[in-house]
Amino acid sequence: MSEKLRGAEIFCRALADEGVDIVFGYPGGAVLHIYDEVFKQDKFKHVLVRHEQGATHAADGYARATGKPGVVLVTSGPGATNCVTGIATAYMDSIPLVVFTGQVSTALIGNDAFQEVDCVGITRPCVKHNFLVERVEDLAITIKKAFYIASSGRPGPVVVDIPKDVTANVTEYHYPESVDVRSYKPTTKGHPGQIKKALQLISQASKPMIYTGGGVILDNASEQLTEFTRILGFPITNTLMGLGAYPGTDPQFIGMLGMHGTYEANMAMHECDLLIAIGARFDDRVTGDLAQFCPEAKIIHIDIDPSSISKNVPVDVPIVGGVSHVLSEMNRLLREDEVKPVDRAKDHWWQQIVTWQGLDCLKFDGDSPLIKPQAVVESLYDVTKGDAFITSDVGQHQMWAAQYYKFDQPRRWINSGGLGTMGFGLPAAMGVQFAYPDSAVACITGEASVVMCIQELSTCLQYDLPIKMISLNNRYMGMVRQWQEFFYDSRYSHSYMDALPDFVKLAESFGHVGMRIENPSDVDGALREAFAMKNRLVFMDFVTDQSENVYPMIAAGKGQHEMHLASDVRELA
Amino acid sequence: MSVRHTISILLENEAGALSRVAGLFSARAYNIESLSVAPTEDPTVSRLTLVTSGSPEIIEQITKQLNKLVDVIRLVDLNESRAIERELMLIKLRAAGGEQREEMKRLIDIFEGSVVDVTESTYTVEIIGDGEKLDSFIEAVSPKRILEVVRSGVLGILRGTKALRA
Repeated sequence: MSEKLRGAEIFCRALADEGVDIVFGYPGGAVLHIYDEVFKQDKFKHVLVRHEQGATHAADGYARATGKPGVVLVTSGPGATNCVTGIATAYMDSIPLVVFTGQVSTALIGNDAFQEVDCVGITRPCVKHNFLVERVEDLAITIKKAFYIASSGRPGPVVVDIPKDVTANVTEYHYPESVDVRSYKPTTKGHPGQIKKALQLISQASKPMIYTGGGVILDNASEQLTEFTRILGFPITNTLMGLGAYPGTDPQFIGMLGMHGTYEANMAMHECDLLIAIGARFDDRVTGDLAQFCPEAKIIHIDIDPSSISKNVPVDVPIVGGVSHVLSEMNRLLREDEVKPVDRAKDHWWQQIVTWQGLDCLKFDGDSPLIKPQAVVESLYDVTKGDAFITSDVGQHQMWAAQYYKFDQPRRWINSGGLGTMGFGLPAAMGVQFAYPDSAVACITGEASVVMCIQELSTCLQYDLPIKMISLNNRYMGMVRQWQEFFYDSRYSHSYMDALPDFVKLAESFGHVGMRIENPSDVDGALREAFAMKNRLVFMDFVTDQSENVYPMIAAGKGQHEMHLASDVRELA
Repeated sequence: MSVRHTISILLENEAGALSRVAGLFSARAYNIESLSVAPTEDPTVSRLTLVTSGSPEIIEQITKQLNKLVDVIRLVDLNESRAIERELMLIKLRAAGGEQREEMKRLIDIFEGSVVDVTESTYTVEIIGDGEKLDSFIEAVSPKRILEVVRSGVLGILRGTKALRA
């Protein structure tokens, strides 16, 4: 016998039955019935953020760190619109989120009611799918569908818009074990014929290259990828979204690729004769000028989303399927054939790569009297023994974090790659810290990005989140300044922060510890001191060299081999 | 090389489903030349026929992106099989005086159309055919005579025993 419940109770029961353990949200008129039920239950924790954008980024960070869908609950109107940036951020990086937005009562929809907005309409272009629940009878099944769609196939955010009267109305509660959506059947198994064709190309390659993206992490396929790469002995590069899928300290890993990738990774892409693309989508920040992209290479592309295949770059052997399934299958066949890994010492291709590596493209001036931002990231790596969860905001600091922190495990590097959302880092770190309360969580940020969601420092105090904020403060929007230096004759149009707060006092006023570090010799000690404060959020304001640029750099529209290098490296190239 | 394609789609008959299709085209800068949609014999399913154009790569992306929409049950690019296309046009023409009306009637007969409404000064004509036939009729009539043109957009169905079903 199923019981009769109000919509708001059904909402809470369904979340509990779905196994949700944490919800990030902010109450308001349209969701008051739901919040009343949230108050009465103890099945999931509710985290009160300070702005709905923070809720979406926190849920997103939680999802990226755990692989489970992040859950958001906000009110109608501005509650919903404030979520849009966070939803679009998750959409671009294929992160599973389920965002519940309140809506005015069904009788009022379309009447320009107080706090009414067409949430389904506004979010449509940046969600995997969305729903408006019109009847309480549809609520439980819609919630089930939302979680299923968000977390299966190529994951993504799903919005469920719930009118207030639906949360008040009563019906029998039944939460289905599983759900079938006739129009949604993601392919997870790769085609055996295509897999064989790919292996044939692999056996013929003399300059092979493995290029992997966020899809490997999303499908929890790191183990399979590592086995695949080691069986073959090929060089491997990761995209910004793919870092950590293959151990960053392994000798076969030749660094990130793309606009700020390593010299060796980009040159190897340019000269390879076989490119094995796995869970990556040939983003413009990776390919550079498409006309000059991998001119010599046959391309194999493994992806769960058919629309990613041959979207930007035509491929020779497409394999539609889940990365973990396809790689397991390939590994099985490779093991049967007793493939021997490439002997790096004797192989010409590896010799070429080692020569490129000799350029040491990430070298920077270690003797500067100013704090070099790269040095801060290197120290952070040492102090945390490479074992922290690192979130970042967007800009130069994000690239330095990606270049200098070596990620040996997946789901440790959490950043907004596709949308490039400034303000992501702090709330995302909250989500990670909730998921892993005993782990070190650091947010590498800049003084421009961090103020975009700075209000969440208040949330961190309320829930005692001991996040370490590593702010690389160069008093500029660094990446904007860098482009203006290179491409606009150093006219620094509005990229200068003229009235920065005192970040130490700011942190203290939020109830946290603030530190200002101005000398290179203090960097390491300050980091150790901060991480020793296990129960406190420490905001570290590193006053860094204002003129530092991110190198290597491929200017927009250039080929992968046309990199700008730092001046002291350039002479060797 | 841009080629005209007719794509037939089975869509969940739900609020907002049509705007997902239309939104996809505007968001990705694809063009829609015509669009027609109505429920099928199964009231939960709508049949949508759209005409678009693009290079083979663009058309491939369009069909993949459409397939990715959760509300799209199934689709077929009618250019890839033998198919029948039909469009219906209602056209209101100035037709006053015996000679003018006679001449108009002869033209309508040639196009196998029918006059569905008559006033002292107008004929309203219904013509069914593929897009080219309707275009030819419009060209055959003097522009001065045309008062109003309404076209349904293309409908398409596969020839033979193959059928697009949910």
